[in-house]
Formats: sequence, structure tokens, C-alpha cells
Amino acid sequence: MDIADREARLPLPDGFLRWFAMRGWLPRAHQLELLRKAREGRSTLLIAPTGAGKTLAGFLPTLGELSEKHLSPPAGRGRFAREASKPGEGQIALSEAAPHPTRFAPPSPRERGEGRGLHTLYISPLKALAVDIARNLEAPIAEMELPIKVETRTGDTPVSRRQRQRRYPPDILLTTPEQMALLLASDDAPFLFSSLRRVVLDELHALVTSKRGDLLSLALARLWRLAPQMRAIGLSATVADPESLARFLVPQPESRTAAADIVTAGGAAAPVVEMLDTSERLPWAGHSARHALAEVYDLIRRNRTTLVFVNTRSQAEMLFQDLWRINDDGLAIALHHGSLDVAQRRKVEQAMTAGRLRGVVCTSSLDLGVDWGDVDLVINIGAPKGSSRLMQRIGRANHRLDEASRAVLVPANRFEVLECRVAIDAVNENAQDTPPLRSGALDVLAQHVLGCACGEPFHADQLFDEVRTAAPYANLARADFDDVIDFVATGGYALKTYERFARIRQDKDGRWRVANPRVRQSYRLNVGTIVEEAMLKVKLVRSRHGGRNGSKGSTGAIARGGRMLGEIEEYFIEGLVAGDTFVFGGEIVRYEALVEDQVYVSRANDDSPKVPSYMGGKFPLSTYLAERVRNLLDDKRAWNGLPDQVREWLSLQASFSRVPHAREMIVESFPRADKHYLVCYPFEGRLAHQTLGMLLTRRLERMRVRPLGFVANEYALAIWMLGDASTMIRQRRLDLDALFDPDMLGDDLEAWLAESALMKRTFRSCAIISGLIARRFTGEEKSRRQVLFSTDLVYDVLRKHQPDHVLLRAARADAATGLLDIRRLSDMLARIKGRITHKPLDHISPLAVPVMLEIGREAVYGEASDELLAEAAEDLVKEAMER
Amino acid sequence: MIYESDEPLSDSDHLLSVLAINDARPGSPLLVAAVAFVADLSGALFWEQERLLVVSDLHLEKGSSFATRGVLLPPYDTQATLARLATVIAHYDPCIVIALGDSFHDPDAHQRLSAPDREALSALQARRDWIWISGNHDPALPCDLGGVVATEVALGGIVFRHEPTGEVGEIAGHLHPKARVSTRGRSMERRCFASDGERTVMPAFGAYAGGLSIRDRAFARIFSTDFVAHVLGDSRMHAIAASRCC
Repeated sequence: MDIADREARLPLPDGFLRWFAMRGWLPRAHQLELLRKAREGRSTLLIAPTGAGKTLAGFLPTLGELSEKHLSPPAGRGRFAREASKPGEGQIALSEAAPHPTRFAPPSPRERGEGRGLHTLYISPLKALAVDIARNLEAPIAEMELPIKVETRTGDTPVSRRQRQRRYPPDILLTTPEQMALLLASDDAPFLFSSLRRVVLDELHALVTSKRGDLLSLALARLWRLAPQMRAIGLSATVADPESLARFLVPQPESRTAAADIVTAGGAAAPVVEMLDTSERLPWAGHSARHALAEVYDLIRRNRTTLVFVNTRSQAEMLFQDLWRINDDGLAIALHHGSLDVAQRRKVEQAMTAGRLRGVVCTSSLDLGVDWGDVDLVINIGAPKGSSRLMQRIGRANHRLDEASRAVLVPANRFEVLECRVAIDAVNENAQDTPPLRSGALDVLAQHVLGCACGEPFHADQLFDEVRTAAPYANLARADFDDVIDFVATGGYALKTYERFARIRQDKDGRWRVANPRVRQSYRLNVGTIVEEAMLKVKLVRSRHGGRNGSKGSTGAIARGGRMLGEIEEYFIEGLVAGDTFVFGGEIVRYEALVEDQVYVSRANDDSPKVPSYMGGKFPLSTYLAERVRNLLDDKRAWNGLPDQVREWLSLQASFSRVPHAREMIVESFPRADKHYLVCYPFEGRLAHQTLGMLLTRRLERMRVRPLGFVANEYALAIWMLGDASTMIRQRRLDLDALFDPDMLGDDLEAWLAESALMKRTFRSCAIISGLIARRFTGEEKSRRQVLFSTDLVYDVLRKHQPDHVLLRAARADAATGLLDIRRLSDMLARIKGRITHKPLDHISPLAVPVMLEIGREAVYGEASDELLAEAAEDLVKEAMER
Repeated sequence: MIYESDEPLSDSDHLLSVLAINDARPGSPLLVAAVAFVADLSGALFWEQERLLVVSDLHLEKGSSFATRGVLLPPYDTQATLARLATVIAHYDPCIVIALGDSFHDPDAHQRLSAPDREALSALQARRDWIWISGNHDPALPCDLGGVVATEVALGGIVFRHEPTGEVGEIAGHLHPKARVSTRGRSMERRCFASDGERTVMPAFGAYAGGLSIRDRAFARIFSTDFVAHVLGDSRMHAIAASRCC
């Protein structure tokens, strides 16, 4: 099909074809397909790899339509007068006699406001991305001389411009889900959106996995009502289940599902991914991959620009430091993660865009978004966690579609070798493991209901119907909806005492409206679903004590002020005592004191930080990769594809204990020093294992096995105890089937949730999102530390007095998948039921070494074994291997 | 409050006990100017000899106080606080109860007491003397609440007042002391009594009362030397040197 053919079938305006030709481009098949769908009035999901011209594809229909409007015969200013008579009407047919495009004098705002209104909304998860896209749109618009006005609206947009945008909207507005919610929560929303023809949702695969996706879906539902003619275009990376994602883009009818059309861009060259074939000894545990440092450095040296992904901030810090220590060539290597000061991040991004950097060590803060030009290699340090996640990262290398992206995976320990191996296989098969579409959270719905009440008053019945058009809320029960309304109005307490303090009230027609302007103001300040970990500002000050051992902390006598280094998670700081050293902002610092929400640190001269962070990252190993790892273990022939060290390790395990079959779970028990250990291998990720550990220790406690502590990693869980588990199991005083029975998810789980700090954190975020607790107050600013504390108290009281309260229900729903990963645990318990194999051993097994080495690195409870803390890794390894 | 428990220690109690000088249950002995008190796990202080029970900073109706400002906290805090108070009163059966100030969260709070809560309060006051010390949150308590209202009370060398001055023999509240301890990367925060043997600052008793770290300089003004945090654990008290807290 040549251009002429295409043109005949799909009249892309002349100017566009010329523009493509001028750049030596051909419109790609998926770009044309998307244009066709737009003409047919279809909502469409475009699935395309990075570098496929996805964003341009998303905007082409809009640019086409808007230029057609303007390329119709110009009759001076009358053009606008003509359009003014039919505001918001459908597109004007392309004139046969389109003149050569000329740059019109921009119409006055007044003309714009009367004549056109908003045509297209573009929503992206990152405001930086919105700004970047605006810049990228400027080129075609200027080069084709299209009289199209594009503006961004983010948290940084000045108030004056926001006001102008409401009155005189641009043709294309680029914004974020939160700003979108704010625009909808006003009484001029019908005016602003009635002319809307299209919404473009970028990075949809990323948005829909979180509560931001819920918020966005509710905004879409609102738009479908305000602008029934509006169609959606979703832009997404490849996902496991495109059909369900496509549902997100169209209103869901009552009692069945509907989905947008799907266009898939083909033709991307398959990425070339390999595992680093290290000549060093592979570590047993840890996530730093220090052993491969020289090899990683060498890769950076041999490539033009390399992105080095790691899973956590602290790993990024550590690796950055280590690289600079051996950077004899003085390569420009930079650091980028979400906790760094914004100004510092911008500097790195600019240097990157300008091609001045050879390497950037970064976290998932760069998983999305901004096009950084010529990255020719991606290195992924540590566990890939999931195949889709890995593919998206790899896609950051080389934004040219027809050239293969290159990536090197660097496993940080032996288990990660297995994970990397199966991840590479998955990438080669293009097997996706993105999570299924969420069902909409009730706390987000509460925020939306309040937002609606801030706009035009609503009838509950109508809003219920509207909300159910949003795919995540399609199955929302009326009772839940009513509870949410009740919650927003008076808190939803069985003890109805807050009628007179209601935030929304019904008028005499039964329509809900916001009770007073203060509520509206508070909504505006608190909109959004991103509840960050409570973060504290880190400031560099001069040390109070020259010496290495700081006295125990007190909050006095520290010079206030100092340079801001960035922000750090509160829970990390809570684990420190003054004088502890850790890595932050690329240097080793000493914790001095915590004053309100500021952490004071001083520069330390230590060689290595006292407090490392071994967190493997926020995301657990995906269920999909976990299954592949189990299958790999089960398939001895496939071991040939593994490095020698790993193959030997597994063979030793096979001869000393047992290598688990794909569907069985092995439980090993062995004595060590004066304690007994129980190690099991569920392969379900650290979060689910931690929950399992909490529940198992409760049970073992009740069975009088006297557990002392446990430690979990992504693959295994080890519990140590005073009781002799091997003997108890042999004598049938301890029944493993009963121990791992799924009924632990009943009372034991409830009892644990009562005191779980993770559950309290989960509740806190629901309380904030739902609007129970404000993050930001008008006038008086309450620090986040106070908010954290008071939600814990609220959790305790509410749990005792109204355990079925809608917020507790929301928090429990989050616990199923979030920090506690209960659903996955539940699936696992069902999977292994009747398939547990016990191996009583005299000593630690080779497979158990990695998790045993985590002991002492992670938090443990009780009179944890100081002996173990002191023992070196080599001893354990020797014990396991030299038999 | 679990007084008769043979339950295994909770995680938190394990951790606290690692740092503790001594553990005690149900209450920790606490000396103030040579007078022996018991620091109870509930946050109350008991004077055996006088059969006198002290609780501080109940902050009743704090939930509804927030509600008047549009923050609709669950309205169960008064009920929860009074229920805990009832348990500790039933346990010690005191002749005198002193509420050490900030018993009500705001000057109007007492008017918002629900009828059942008001009855529960009256039941606690029956057959004993009840003294409301006024605090900064409730400077002018009405007299129809039962009991008597005072700004401070002195008894046998001990003086009870809301805001601490550091005087020897003083038992005060106001500051809501809490202690944070961390070992081995884990940390937790609990309410505590702060005491150096000469004077004591009591923990807040109210369900919604937050806390102030004992490392705050406000405590340095009251205690010139190191002092002990009698930390409220899950099933026992833990006496921990303030300097070991963070």
C-alpha cells in the first residue's frame, strides 16, 4: 500500500502528509488505523511498544480534525463568527479547496471562548510528561502552521492561567488525573467540557494499576455524561489482558460489558536481553550486586549512554557511590530517584537530554515517561520482578522502533539468577504478566462523591448509575454506594451524632450539595490518591560532635537550616538512633536528630554505612515469574541453561534435601546452635511471606513450639524456635497440613490485623484518600507526623466500635493486594494444600542458605539470636555445602 | 489491660523488654518524693495508701470537637475512654479519683456528652470522691459534672496539677509523654510515665490523645537529670531509661 492508496482510503490532510514526508517519515499503519477509528467515532485502545510513535498517533485524529476546521476557506474573521453560531457542533467537513496553510493571527481569547471550546484532553500520570508532550506537539503544530492552541495544566500552573483556561479553554489541554478531578468538581464543568470530542489517556497500563486509575475512571464516567460525543483513545504498553483494559475506555452498560476497539502496533524489533555472565562468585543473598560492580562499570564504559535500573532508592544510592569509587575514567554518571530534590532531578534530566551523560543510576522513577533520546543499553540490577515490568524498562533503551533494544540483567544473588533466567525466557516469548484490572476502591469513590457535590448538586440515583459506567465500578453494589454517601455526609457512624456537622446535605429536591464553602476548599486542597509514605525532609547540617560516635539523640542544640538533600521515608528514620550512618543523596551521612518533619544529618567519614537497607523493593515477584521459577526448578534439563555455580547449588540441594516439584511446597526442619528452624519455599514474594510469617508464628506460639522470630525473602520463609520441630512433626504433635491450613486467614488474621503496623498504614491512606483526615488544611498546617499518629488511634477505636465501617472495608480490600498481599497468600495456601513435603534434616540445606543469611538484616522479633547476627555467611555456606 | 494473663508476650513487649531495666505487671512501682505509687498499664497512677487513683488528659469528646471543624472522626472515643477508666476503677476500687486536667477536649465538650456516656461517668463517680483539676483545654469546668473542681490539690507532700513546673513532689500531665524505642531496625512508640523519683509526668489517658516524645526539650525543662520512662506495653510495664529512647 503506497501513500496514495492510504490517502484515498484515509484522507489525512495534505499538510500532514507533506509534514511526514518532510521528515522522511511514513505514517505508520497503527497511526492510520487510529485515524480511521476516530473517523468512525470509535473509542480505541492503542497497544504499542515504546518508540512506536504512540503519542503522535494519539494526537493525529485531534490535529486532523482541528486543522480541518481551520483549513476550510478562510473568510477573514468571519470564520470564527460562523463557528460561533454552532458551538460544540461536530467536525466540519474537509474543504476540497483547502488553501495552502497559512499561519493565522491567533484569535482573541474571546473569539476562542465563544467559538470552539475544549476539543481534546490529554491525561498522563506524570506532569513532567504532560509538559514534555506539549513541547513535542509544538513541532508539528508549528511546522504545519496549524492554528491550534495547546496548554498544560498541572499543579505548577499559576492561578491566573488556570482561571483563563476555564473561561477560554485551549483546543488541547494536557493534564493529570488529579487536575482533571479538580476541573470536574466545579459548577462550570458542564460549560468547560460540553464541547469535548476526545480524551487521550497516556501510559494507561500504568495508571490503571493504582487508585489513580480508579479516580480517572470516575472522571471518565463524569465526562461521558457531560460530553456524550466524547471518544477515548488509550495509549498503553503491551499488557496481559488488553480486552479488560479496553473496557476502561467506554461506558459500561448495565449488566454486560463493553470494550473499546483495540489497535496493536506491530513491528517492534525484539529486544536482545542477556544475563551478565559474571566471572565473580555469585552471592548467596543481598540485592546489591556488588560482586559485578566492575563488570557493570565496564558495560557503561563500552556504551554510549546506559540506564542502570535498580529496585530501591537505597540500592540506587549504594550503587552510585560504588560506581564513582571505581570511576577511573571520570565517566559522567548521574543518580536519579524519586526522593531526590526536584531541582537536582531536573538537572540530571536536562544533562541526559543534552547527551552529556554516560550513565544514570535510577529507580522506577524512570519507568515511565519522558523521552530521553539515545539510550543504547539498559542494565537491570537485581530481580526483574515481572516480565511486563522488565519489558517496559528495556523499552527505555532506544526509542527507535526498528532497532532492537539491548539489555543486560545482573542478578544480585543465586535465586535472582533463576528469576532472571525465566524473565529472559518470558521476554523472548513476549509473555506479559500485568495485573488484572482493579475493582474500584471505596475510599476513592468517597473522594469522588465529595468532588461531585462541589460541582452541580446531584441525585444519588443518577450518580450511582453514572459511577457504574466506569469499568472498575461496574459491579459496585448499591449498599456500598449508599454507605459511601453516608460516610461523606456524616462519617457513616452507627452512632449518628454528626448530622449537624454534615459535609454534604440534601436540598428539598433530594439533591446532594456541599454544605459550606469550607468543605469545597478542603476538597480542593486534598484531591488525589497518591498518599506518599510519610516522608521527612533531609537536611545536611554540621555535626554537633566531631567524633564518630554521636551521643544519643536529643533535639536540642542543632543549628537549624542547612542544605536540603531530599526526602526520606519516615519508617526508615524511625528505625535509627542518633549516630547511625546511612547512604543518602550519594553520600554517607550520620543521623543527628529529628525535629518536626525534618531529619538533620551530617556528613560522615565512614567507609560503609552502619545501617544498610535490604528491602528488595516495593513490588513483589510476580505470580507469573514465580510459577516459571518453580517450573524451572522442576525441570532438571533446563538447569543446563544456568551458570555452573547455580547448577551445582541446585544439584547439592537435590542430593542433600530435595528440590521442590512445580506444585509442591517443601518444608525443611533442622537444628542449629541451640535453636530449631523451619524453612519453607512458597515463592510468593516477600510481602505475602511476611504475612505468612506473622500468622505462622502466632499458630506455633499457640502450639507451644515457642517461635522466636522469622525472616522472609522473595522465595522463602524461615522461622526459628525453641521447640524441636523435627521431633514434634515426627511424633505428630505438630501437623504441617494443619499449620498451613487456609483457616489461618480467619481469626488469626483478624487478631494480627488489630495490631499490624502495615494495616495501620493501609488504613491511614484510606482515611486520607476518603477525606476523613486532611493532608492539607487551610490556614493552619498540620504536620504529617501528627496525621500518622492520629489515624492509628482512630483505627483502634473504629475497629473496636464499628468493625464493618466503610473505611475499614476499604482498608481490608487494600490489604488483599497491597502491603499484606493476603489474596496471594490465600491462593498459595489453596495451591499447596495436601502437597506439603517435609524434609527433616540434620543441618541447613543449600537452598535455605539465602534466606538464613537475611536473618539479622531484617527486623526480627523477640530475643533474636545475637549469635546468628554475629555469624559470617561463609560459616553457613560451609555447613550446607561441605558434606 | 490484661492483669491475669499467662499469654505469651506480644511482639512489642518482647522488644520493649530487651531495653527495660525491669518489667512488672500489672503495674510498675514508681516513687515520687519517697511516696510509693503504682504506674498502671492503663496509664493511671494509683496511691495505695490513700486509695487514690489519678488519670490525666482524658480529652473526652475530642472526636466531636474535630467534627465541629468538619473532620468527622469516629464518635466512639468518649465511650472507649470511659470504658477503660471503668476497668481500672473496678480493679483498684479507689476512694478518690483525680482527673488531672484536660478531661474535656474543649470548653463546650461536656455539653456534647451523650446520655449513655454521662450515665457511665456518674456511675464511676458514685461512692467516691472525684476531683476535676482544670487544664488548658477545660479551664472553667461547670459544677454539674459531679465531683469538685480545683486548680491543684496537695496531699501528704504530693501536689497534683495539670501543667508540670518541675517542683519536687509534683504529679502532672499536659505533655502526653510517649517514648520511642528502636532496636535492630524495628521501632515502636508507646505512651509512658516520665519520672525521676522526685516528680512525674503522666501519660494521656484519652483514646484520641496523641503524644509528645520524651526527648522533646519540654521534658528537659522538668527533669534536670536522666529520667525513666515507664512505658505502657501490651501486657506489662517496661521501665526504660529515657536516654535509651529516641
